[in-house]
Amino acid sequence: MLARRIVPCLDVKEGRVVKGIKFVDLKDAGDPVGLAEFYNKEGADELVFLDITASHEKRETMVEVARRTAREVFIPFTVGGGIGTIEEIRNILKAGADKISLNTAAVENTDLIREGARIFGSQCIVIAIDARWNEQMKDWEVYTHGGRKGTGISALTWASRVESFGAGEILLTSMDADGGRDGYDIPLTRAICEKVSIPVIASGGAGKMEDFAHVLTEGKADAALAASVFHYRHFSIREVKEYLKEQGVEVRL
Amino acid sequence: MIAIIDYGMGNVTSVRNAFAYLGFKTVLTHEPEVLNSCPALVLPGVGAFGSAAEVLQRKGLFDYLHARREKGSFLLGICLGLQLFFDRSEEDPAGRGLTYFPDKLKRFPPGLKVPHMGWNRVLAEPDPLFEGIPQGSHFYFAHSFYAPLLTAEDYLLARCRYGVDFAAAVKQGNAYGVQFHPEKSGEMGLRLLLNFGRMVENADYTGN
Repeated sequence: MLARRIVPCLDVKEGRVVKGIKFVDLKDAGDPVGLAEFYNKEGADELVFLDITASHEKRETMVEVARRTAREVFIPFTVGGGIGTIEEIRNILKAGADKISLNTAAVENTDLIREGARIFGSQCIVIAIDARWNEQMKDWEVYTHGGRKGTGISALTWASRVESFGAGEILLTSMDADGGRDGYDIPLTRAICEKVSIPVIASGGAGKMEDFAHVLTEGKADAALAASVFHYRHFSIREVKEYLKEQGVEVRL
Repeated sequence: MIAIIDYGMGNVTSVRNAFAYLGFKTVLTHEPEVLNSCPALVLPGVGAFGSAAEVLQRKGLFDYLHARREKGSFLLGICLGLQLFFDRSEEDPAGRGLTYFPDKLKRFPPGLKVPHMGWNRVLAEPDPLFEGIPQGSHFYFAHSFYAPLLTAEDYLLARCRYGVDFAAAVKQGNAYGVQFHPEKSGEMGLRLLLNFGRMVENADYTGN
């Protein structure tokens, strides 16, 4: 049986991990490669690096992070954040990343999904969807530009479309739940998972170990992503996976 | 030296990184002279069955691989590499593979999420390739077509279940194929590549 995946996310700015990570046992808590290795040893099933580098010129640092990670850590990892061209996709994958994730650029240019899937294969192309409930639309709306810009597009419609364009996976972030540590957005996650037949990684809202179980069972997600609960050591990845196993969820331990 | 066959299909960085991490030297090439100097060949690959088979044909690698297999050289097909050991695929009905196995690759049945992406349990027959790897260990998969359990059962090395039971690893002589990505399967994947590298080292290749 296919195991449900637990995926820590690292925010990287100009080659350094940001968002105050509280590690006493790491020589350099800002080094993405060291942290990736730490999470790998702890049982992470894959990793997501989110590049939040603002300046375009410094984006080359992320390629270097991917290159160094691929030499040391032998589990799959995804690089996302600001990728907008086939050339950028190629550079990241060539450096050793397994997948790239597209967000704003995919909405603005759907050909990028199609071309990316055709050239590199669907399994490399993850579409990141940031969604928030819109009371007027009575639907979840897709946001771009790091959650700053509403698009008026229904997240459910968008999910189906990216699947038809050849996306291999969806990384779904609930903006309503994100940062609240009150649990994942189960209705949104479940609605998307029932809509598409590609894997869905749920993101946003993890606070307790129970939250992981909920999103992977009731939410029907294939994987659960979290950042702060792992970075701040609320619990370890291994603890979550042991808990999930007790709950009857198939995990890799 | 382990040759990673360079035919432009997908990412080979991670395979090379994993062997390097384990202390094995690799060379990325499709030149027969270079391939001849290597006791083992790895056929990686991500992409479509038909176009991969066509590229291999065009580069003369079909005949080359047949010859090396007959000589008993070590081969390791990874993911699409394993699939190319088969005859045909539902992915590209017109394409023909290396046909070490007469079976046809199939698409996963409807109702399953495709690609089959993530970690799944592998049940292996006793073999040096799986030495030290506990039965039922998880390996990382990312594929949309699968190799059925073989007609020639003797060649089935490992199986996996995702809606259907399928071949996770096959073996014919010294030609091995694995559907999962050992280079992305953590500790167990590295162990499998170490086992492969050691088999090659112990085999005393004298060159072609």
